[in-house]
Amino acid sequence: MLPDTTGGGRVEVTVHVNGVPHSATVEPRRLLSDFLRHDLGLTGTHVGCEHGVCGACTVLVDGEPMRSCLMFAVSAQHHQVTTVEGLAGADGGLGPEQRAFVECHGLQCGFCTPGFLTTVTAFLRDNPQPSAEEAREAISGNLCRCTGYQNIVRSVLRAAEIRAGRAADCAGPPAGQPTAPPAGEAVG
Amino acid sequence: MKPAPFVHHAPRTVEEAVAVLGEVGHDGKVLAGGQSLIPVLNMRLATPAHLVDINAVAGLDTVEVRGGAVRVGALARQRRVERSEEVAAALPLLCEALTFVAHPVIRNRGTCVGSLAHADAAAELPAVLALTGGVVEVVGPGGRREFPVADFFRGALETALAPDELAVAARFPLLPPGTGTVFTESARRHGDYALAGVAAAVSIQDGVVSSARASFVSVTDVPLVLDVTEAVRGQEAPLARWDGAADLVHDVVDPESDIHASAGYRRALVTELARRAFADAASRAVKEGDSAA
Ligand SMILES: Cc1cc2nc3c(=O)[nH]c(=O)nc-3n(C[C@H](O)[C@H](O)[C@H](O)COP(=O)(O)OP(=O)(O)OC[C@H]3O[C@@H](n4cnc5c(N)ncnc54)[C@H](O)[C@@H]3O)c2cc1C
Ligand code: FES
Ligand code: FES
Repeated sequence: MLPDTTGGGRVEVTVHVNGVPHSATVEPRRLLSDFLRHDLGLTGTHVGCEHGVCGACTVLVDGEPMRSCLMFAVSAQHHQVTTVEGLAGADGGLGPEQRAFVECHGLQCGFCTPGFLTTVTAFLRDNPQPSAEEAREAISGNLCRCTGYQNIVRSVLRAAEIRAGRAADCAGPPAGQPTAPPAGEAVG
Repeated sequence: MKPAPFVHHAPRTVEEAVAVLGEVGHDGKVLAGGQSLIPVLNMRLATPAHLVDINAVAGLDTVEVRGGAVRVGALARQRRVERSEEVAAALPLLCEALTFVAHPVIRNRGTCVGSLAHADAAAELPAVLALTGGVVEVVGPGGRREFPVADFFRGALETALAPDELAVAARFPLLPPGTGTVFTESARRHGDYALAGVAAAVSIQDGVVSSARASFVSVTDVPLVLDVTEAVRGQEAPLARWDGAADLVHDVVDPESDIHASAGYRRALVTELARRAFADAASRAVKEGDSAA
């Protein structure tokens, strides 16, 4: 007999999302992004391009950031998924990355923000004290059409400070950036 | 857009996977990391009736250095291979090339073997498999067989794999002692597919260049290895002049024009990238010789 898990029809899928098991009956072609948004009502995960380019749909699967638009819900069975809704601090308030983005104006319309937050959360876990250059590289797979990225880089560095319990602010340019335009360049 | 409906198969063993592939034939596709296949399904550029999801197949997530090669199983994610200290020590070229494959988040799920099976002319890993003289291990209804790299890639997005065959692993042979390697490329933005790229390997013996070879990304249909040793033979490694080698690169590549760059630009770009890659690989070979001494 063929090990066909679907019989071609709908299947019951159970995924652990933010620590809670959620089940729904879906077609195997259901993308994890749509499963989260439409079947579970967790609309924090955003969908931009559906081909892996924009990063808005990034969630953590077993702690590692992955594109939820490039995974099927059936493939997420038996795995732990963390969405932006699961990034709150222990007290239920904003987590360190979320606080940093608020403080440093790391978002404008907010469409891209859930994908940045999940990506940055995993990045700072692996690299708690990044340089500005490393922060820039860490977010290079996420597109933002509003901010121009400068404040997002600041937010990443600020989040590292908050996690380390250091007080500081996000004023000024990210470390390693020129403070003034190069000589001779017209301003304004 | 969303994928067209398909039947999802989740085999647990290689034998089961091959059996299902045999039954569904041309209507079936292997699903590994999905980082190339799912975009294609989402855009409905392909509408296979069956997906054979190998993510639950036992024993395919191996990464090992043995028998003079790095061997990666079909479920070894790109990011894991890139971060393996054992692989970095044995074949730094592979880890360096992986840093240019998409973004870390894509590499968390994409597999090395999937990248080879996809056979995109703009992909990095086929060039590395070619330069190292690697092998793809395949299981089909007739049992196990191996494809040397020269027989595996048939054209852009085309390999020798039959619809009922599963690639179970790839082996990237280690390079001889005294060899320095470089992977470099140029893309519009970091993480995009490269306009042009080069993998170079330069060996030195008694201070002079004894071998210099390169393979390319985005400028040939199938990965090709160019041996430029004659253009530099006998030259002292750190001082070697690579102009003759660069000329050979210029003449052998066959890029196409597209919206990102003209064929002429790609040819000029890969020639210059190769010149630098050879020089840097020679420096690394010298350094490697120094630290081994
Ligand atoms: C935004 C973005 C940017 C990218 N940039 C790059 C880049 O710069 N360079 C690059 O090289 N790649 C890039 N990729 C592709 C990525 O590296 C893929 O992970 C890789 O090409 C395919 O690996 P996969 O495991 O995801 O394979 P899948 O997507 O699952 O499969 C790809 C193809 O190979 C077949 N296949 C897979 N595994 C097997 C197997 N074991 N046996 C037989 N057939 C198999 C599938 O049937 C399918 O046809 C990018 C992807 C995205 C989304
Ligand atoms: S919606 Fe998934 S990467 Fe754009
Ligand atoms: S804040 Fe609007 S896209 Fe990033």
